[in-house]
Amino acid sequence: MSWQRKILRVDLTKGEITQEPLNMEWANEYIGERGLATKYLWENMDPTVDAMSPGNVLIFATGPLTGTMASTSGRYAVVTKGPLTGAIACSNSGGKFGAELKFAGYDMLILEGKSPAPVYLHINNGEVEIRPADQIWGSTVWNTEEWLKSHHQDPQMKVASIGIAGENGVRYACVVNDLHRAAGRSGVGAVMGSKNLKAIAVRGTVGVKIDKDPKAFMDVVKDTHQMLADNAGRKGLTKYGTNAMLTSMQKFGGLPTHNFQEVQFEGADKIDARAMMKPNDSGHVNLITNKACFGCTIACGRIAHIDKDHFTIVNRKEYWHASGGLEYETAFALGSVCGIDDIDAATFAGYLMNEHGMDPISFGVTLACAMELYEKGAITKEDTGGVELKFGNPEALTIMAEKTGTYEGFGQDIGLGSKRLAEKYGHPELAMVVKGQEFAGYDSRALQGMGLGYVTSNRGACHLKHDVFAEDMEDTGHTGKAKPCKDSQDNIAAIDSTGLCIFTTAAWGLGDFARQINAACEGDWSEDRVRECGERTWNLERQFNLKAGLTKADDTLPKRLLEDPVPTGTAKGNVHALDKMLPEYYELRGWGDDGVPTPDTLKRLGLS
Amino acid sequence: MHKALVIDPDKCTSCLQCEMACSFEHEGVFNPAKSRIKIFEFEHGKRSIPYTCTQCAEAWCMHACPVEAITVNLSTGAKEVNPDVCVGCKVCTIACPFGTVNYESDSGKVAKCDLCGGDPQCAEVCPTDAITYVEADWTGYDKMRDSAVRAHS
Ligand code: SF4
Repeated sequence: MSWQRKILRVDLTKGEITQEPLNMEWANEYIGERGLATKYLWENMDPTVDAMSPGNVLIFATGPLTGTMASTSGRYAVVTKGPLTGAIACSNSGGKFGAELKFAGYDMLILEGKSPAPVYLHINNGEVEIRPADQIWGSTVWNTEEWLKSHHQDPQMKVASIGIAGENGVRYACVVNDLHRAAGRSGVGAVMGSKNLKAIAVRGTVGVKIDKDPKAFMDVVKDTHQMLADNAGRKGLTKYGTNAMLTSMQKFGGLPTHNFQEVQFEGADKIDARAMMKPNDSGHVNLITNKACFGCTIACGRIAHIDKDHFTIVNRKEYWHASGGLEYETAFALGSVCGIDDIDAATFAGYLMNEHGMDPISFGVTLACAMELYEKGAITKEDTGGVELKFGNPEALTIMAEKTGTYEGFGQDIGLGSKRLAEKYGHPELAMVVKGQEFAGYDSRALQGMGLGYVTSNRGACHLKHDVFAEDMEDTGHTGKAKPCKDSQDNIAAIDSTGLCIFTTAAWGLGDFARQINAACEGDWSEDRVRECGERTWNLERQFNLKAGLTKADDTLPKRLLEDPVPTGTAKGNVHALDKMLPEYYELRGWGDDGVPTPDTLKRLGLS
Repeated sequence: MHKALVIDPDKCTSCLQCEMACSFEHEGVFNPAKSRIKIFEFEHGKRSIPYTCTQCAEAWCMHACPVEAITVNLSTGAKEVNPDVCVGCKVCTIACPFGTVNYESDSGKVAKCDLCGGDPQCAEVCPTDAITYVEADWTGYDKMRDSAVRAHS
């Protein structure tokens, strides 16, 4: 039993803090983290309320394996209703914050209401306080963390906070912990800002105990560690980070470029994993080292620094330090999709995303949308405050990253997200989104299974909730992909509920997660049971969305991906075959052709 | 011959598996706050430096202890705290020049690295070999070899 069996509930409106026991019945049905937080959200709020209103509930949840020696045990999830989509938002993060929350004695943190004035939450084991945030409201994420540590004289404290973007309701503001790890997607930071909550500072010294059978647990841990140690995919992640993907996507022809007008980018080799390791003309090497989240034996994180002579920081010494570097999604979003091949500019924009607390994917794709609107003449130089918002302009990238982060000038428009921006400037068709959330770095026409995953993801377009990658690489057609899409969604919903990271799937199958849970948690946890928890979670997320007012009509792609053929690459000529895939998917799910789970399906999963 | 922990900060990724292994071995709980080895991070994670007791031959902590709670384990060379004898006076924490003996308020005793009786768990679990357990007389061997290569290439 690796639970603390305790939840911290904070009513920000009333300033009340209460503790309650973790509902073990629900934990048995949803595992923990993503799944269990979804159940708590479902039971604690009305899905129809506005995401930015006090009626929204914000949950920080750990999993049963968070804070144990299982590899990658640092994960926590932030679950709420998302302001970008109006759908359920579920964002998870690594770093060290999640484990610290568990070490403080809490499995989950439920935040309700809205504080009358800016506050932060200070948790020191059993001592929990809501404190005024006057001195940090308006500060960056980085300064907030520094202030909290020095104010509380606690250098070992872990902090999750929002930046100025989150305070001002930038729709894709995120929650950043440990300076450069983030619950990045779906605007969970904007919800935190709408509650006037600046930060959560935690110090935990209680620890996590395995009551069931510590020896059996340690045996499984040893075995699963070894599987990762020996795995070739894992070795690639350690050495190159996720940005090795950029080279593959470029070669395959699935790398979104110029707001998804193209799928291959001329400057790809200037921003890929090898470019990060190569000295530039003055001998500067972007990448310094790799770095792990809590408990992680992969360490895919990149620590980089920007060339001091680069225009972005030459006169700004405060950025002459190392920080989180490019990963695949940032390299695509702050690179190819905006036509940017300047590795230092992209790295700097990445710093700004962390410092100001924004999702780089949604920011980059929104900027790309703005660039296309600018080149079409729908946005003018007057609108942008004199910035030449053209594809490939690294200055446009870094100026807009900063202006959006600090919520100034045209940055306020970029902060709307692609959907609202494209509508405002009269071209809704140019927003590269599903349900209002921007695509990640894979083109749906080239990767048909990925496209179906984007469409059906409950938090809007997202690459992390399914895995049809192997099938997509093998064959650019659409047949036979609905099933692996559905199955992997269920598996990943389960994995996201354990407290571990999905990158371990390089070496582990669902059974390996199941045996770790089985060794740590009460009861018998077979692979099938774990999978069913994932399917239950997926369907409950869907139920939340349906109740929030989303319908089958929201399960679609932008016209560009349904009608304009891919111009180059392996899948040249393809459009996305959504009309053929979606009915099959609904059927596999046990949903009616209206996209609603049938009574039988709900009954089978214990959701009726 | 005794063995010693050798630490190579350049290899450390700050995963904290070592801190968890240490607390699990000694306290039966995953709790970095109870670990006798600590990782210190600098400049947004640019460097992560593991640090723990080096088991000084003439240990200040041992000599300072007024009740002789700290003794040498002859088979490993580790300076070990006997919790049944320790009175929690904290003099050893003052005497140690490196800060590697620390007081634990829940037990009212001090705790320090004891090399896990000769099978240090931190070195066992470290996925990057940033911590290794090698012959005490040759802790510099790898570094010396690397320097030799650098000097002659
Ligand atoms: S286990 Fe090794 S890599 Fe991980 S923090 Fe400890 S010394 Fe560093």
